[in-house]
Amino acid sequence: MPPTSTPQHIGRVEMRGIVKRFPGVLANDHVDLEINAGEVHSLLGENGAGKSTLMRQLYGMYPPDEGQILIDGKPHVFRSPADAIKAGIGMIHQHFMLVPTLTVAENVALGLKSSREPQLDLDKVSKRVTELSKAYGLKVYPSAYVWQLSVGEQQRVEIIKALYRGASLIILDEPTAVLTPQEVCDLFLILKKMVSEGHALVFISHKLHEVMEISTRVTVLRDGKMIGTRPAAGVTRDEMVKMMVGREVKPLAPQPMQAGAPRLQIRGLHAMGDRGTEALQGVDLEVRAGEIVGLAGVSGNGQRELAQCMSGLRTATAGTILIEGKDIAHFSLRERVEAGLAYVPEERMRDGAIRDFSVQENVFLHDHTSPQFTNGIFLNFKKMAEHAGALTKQFAVKTASLDTPIKNLSGGNIQKVILARELSRKPHVLIAAQPTRGVDIGATEYIHQRLMEQRAAGTAILLISEDLDEIRTLSDRIAVIYEGKIMGIVRRGEATVEQIGLLMAGISADSAVGKEPCPPDDPVAA
Amino acid sequence: MNEVGTVAIIVGILTSAVRLATPYLYAAIGEAFAQTSGVVNLGVDGIMLVGGFAAFLVALTTGSLWLAVLAAAFVGVLMGLLMSLISVTLKAEQGISGIGLYMFGLGLSSLLFKVLVGTVKTVPGFPTVKIPLLGDIPYLGPILFQHSVLVYGAFLLVPVAWWFLEKTTWGLKIRAVGQNPAAADSLGVDVNRTRYFSVCLGAALAGIAGASLSVALLNLFQENMTAGMGFIAVALVYFGGWRPLGILGGALLFSAVDAMQLWMQVLGVKIPSDVAVMLPYLLTIAALAFATNRTRQPAALNVPFERGSN
Repeated sequence: MPPTSTPQHIGRVEMRGIVKRFPGVLANDHVDLEINAGEVHSLLGENGAGKSTLMRQLYGMYPPDEGQILIDGKPHVFRSPADAIKAGIGMIHQHFMLVPTLTVAENVALGLKSSREPQLDLDKVSKRVTELSKAYGLKVYPSAYVWQLSVGEQQRVEIIKALYRGASLIILDEPTAVLTPQEVCDLFLILKKMVSEGHALVFISHKLHEVMEISTRVTVLRDGKMIGTRPAAGVTRDEMVKMMVGREVKPLAPQPMQAGAPRLQIRGLHAMGDRGTEALQGVDLEVRAGEIVGLAGVSGNGQRELAQCMSGLRTATAGTILIEGKDIAHFSLRERVEAGLAYVPEERMRDGAIRDFSVQENVFLHDHTSPQFTNGIFLNFKKMAEHAGALTKQFAVKTASLDTPIKNLSGGNIQKVILARELSRKPHVLIAAQPTRGVDIGATEYIHQRLMEQRAAGTAILLISEDLDEIRTLSDRIAVIYEGKIMGIVRRGEATVEQIGLLMAGISADSAVGKEPCPPDDPVAA
Repeated sequence: MNEVGTVAIIVGILTSAVRLATPYLYAAIGEAFAQTSGVVNLGVDGIMLVGGFAAFLVALTTGSLWLAVLAAAFVGVLMGLLMSLISVTLKAEQGISGIGLYMFGLGLSSLLFKVLVGTVKTVPGFPTVKIPLLGDIPYLGPILFQHSVLVYGAFLLVPVAWWFLEKTTWGLKIRAVGQNPAAADSLGVDVNRTRYFSVCLGAALAGIAGASLSVALLNLFQENMTAGMGFIAVALVYFGGWRPLGILGGALLFSAVDAMQLWMQVLGVKIPSDVAVMLPYLLTIAALAFATNRTRQPAALNVPFERGSN
């Protein structure tokens, strides 16, 4: 079925010599990119490589400083997304651009002329949404409110929004970041269907295996520069990593665990979420000394609330949290720290660091009352500087000086400062929430090594991550959380990605047996 | 007190309540437009004052009441443009710019009144229009169907505002930019233009709210004659949960309390008049603290939009 008629079908888009500067950063440095109808063109690169920036220029969100955009040979200038939409370009952003309080149909109709202007004609919109939904296997209900939808469903609404506007080139910015492995399979089927209908797709990702699976061609960006474009069929994983990072990266090989006595025991933990519903519904979990337990799950299933309950940012309504046998569930934040808890928060700029404070001040957020650094009234700045200097050196933090405001550091270096602060206290229990989110591969590697060292030193580590690869690499055991309950716990190497994925989707291990998670053939076409 | 007297007093209170709800309705529904698009306009009271003065002056000089209402809406739009310029284009803190706008409106209307009019004068305001048949229903007739055109207009505004916000493409844009401006922007909706439109539409209604005082209910102008009504209107938007129907309920509740305290003073009920006058304001505070339903609060309320900032 052809897309909605208005914009012309795009055969080829060329971006030539694109340069984009932001204050202090050269985000795109003479990048050339060519996208053809009927291909999935992947943009691969680390965080900050300039992938999203490049595509936002193609979608008219900001103009390039230099360079040209040609559609089927004709130069185009996009002043706003409206211009790009008119030219047949659609974009599915990493953070979905949906209005949660509106229905699916209202979200689709937003900004479009109605056939009964000024009145909305939601019936007509719904009908067309249903048609598109059938044609591409995108299951959605036009009258459902967006806030009621799962992340996967919201993504389908985003795709329908683009198709409804007749987009023939669709940019997908990190579309798999928030999906379960099964949802990724479903998405890939839809994308394949779209490509076979003659759409051109740009797939932005830093996940190699996905890029290899879905792409026709791959373009790698690094530090704003284009490193090269290759047909996906001819490249190996190692070559791609080398193009992305600029050097070889050795995979982490964890030593076998020598776990000791339980250091963290969570029993029957209940807590309310921000929306007033119960976010934790009786979580039971145990982490032993020298063990990393990875908490996997789709975002929003209680991971945040669990981490906050442990760190003291949220109050548990029932249950116990034992550290070394002591119940800390109702301790103050300081008492928790003294009980041996360290916390690397998910929102590192909100909960982990104070933006405008210097690196040194951020190192001392906890320890400024320690007798080592104060006589009770005045702080001993000399000693503090020595300590902070030693820590930043030890943790390889790249900063101009200790007095630099922490907000000027890269994500990876901010995370290293937080890690340095938390680990320097030699904690019994470490809660690491999304420790490498938005961090480049080099820093990720470093943070992972530090976590493994900490594990070897006997710390009980609870690793909360939405990156299943990270969980699978680091964890001795993997606990899967779903709707505020632990769905199941598996040992390293005992479960496949598919089994973990089913647990993440709330399907328990027993009922999951024998299910084929990712069917080889396209059921939509049948 | 005999039974006939009691009934007459109740009818009197309810009739006053319906009349007094008029400025609240115009102002609060106007404010709901602005807030639904994500802009808190605390300058409503100031806009009401300049709108009320403009209407009064035009009525005094030309004798045309419709021209007076038009003038009030027009100066309302000018004030709305000023508010939008400061808070949408220049992205100033909305609470502060709104208070500034209020003080500007208060000062300007007082100054112009002193210079151009000087003493308290009255104008012949909108006459009472008794609706045929309905106006003759016992009790209900006088309460609901014997009012001036501006009173009827205020009540008609409730369903019209609902239809506009919920059922039109413009309303959808307004709701979207108030909830997730980045999403609206990514679909080619001009966020700032939508906010300018909503704020100015709201300000025009605030101007008409002022006119309803000066040329329909009181038929005179005095310095600071609104006495904080505009702020109650802002509170009513929260109280009504950003819905026209909720605002109607709130406006009637407040005007009923207001009417009651007026009648209490008239009837010589033994409470100090200062306390009586305080009642609606106390109710405002209580209602805001206990009855606000924030689930419908626009998520981007008070947040200026900058592309690519989230």
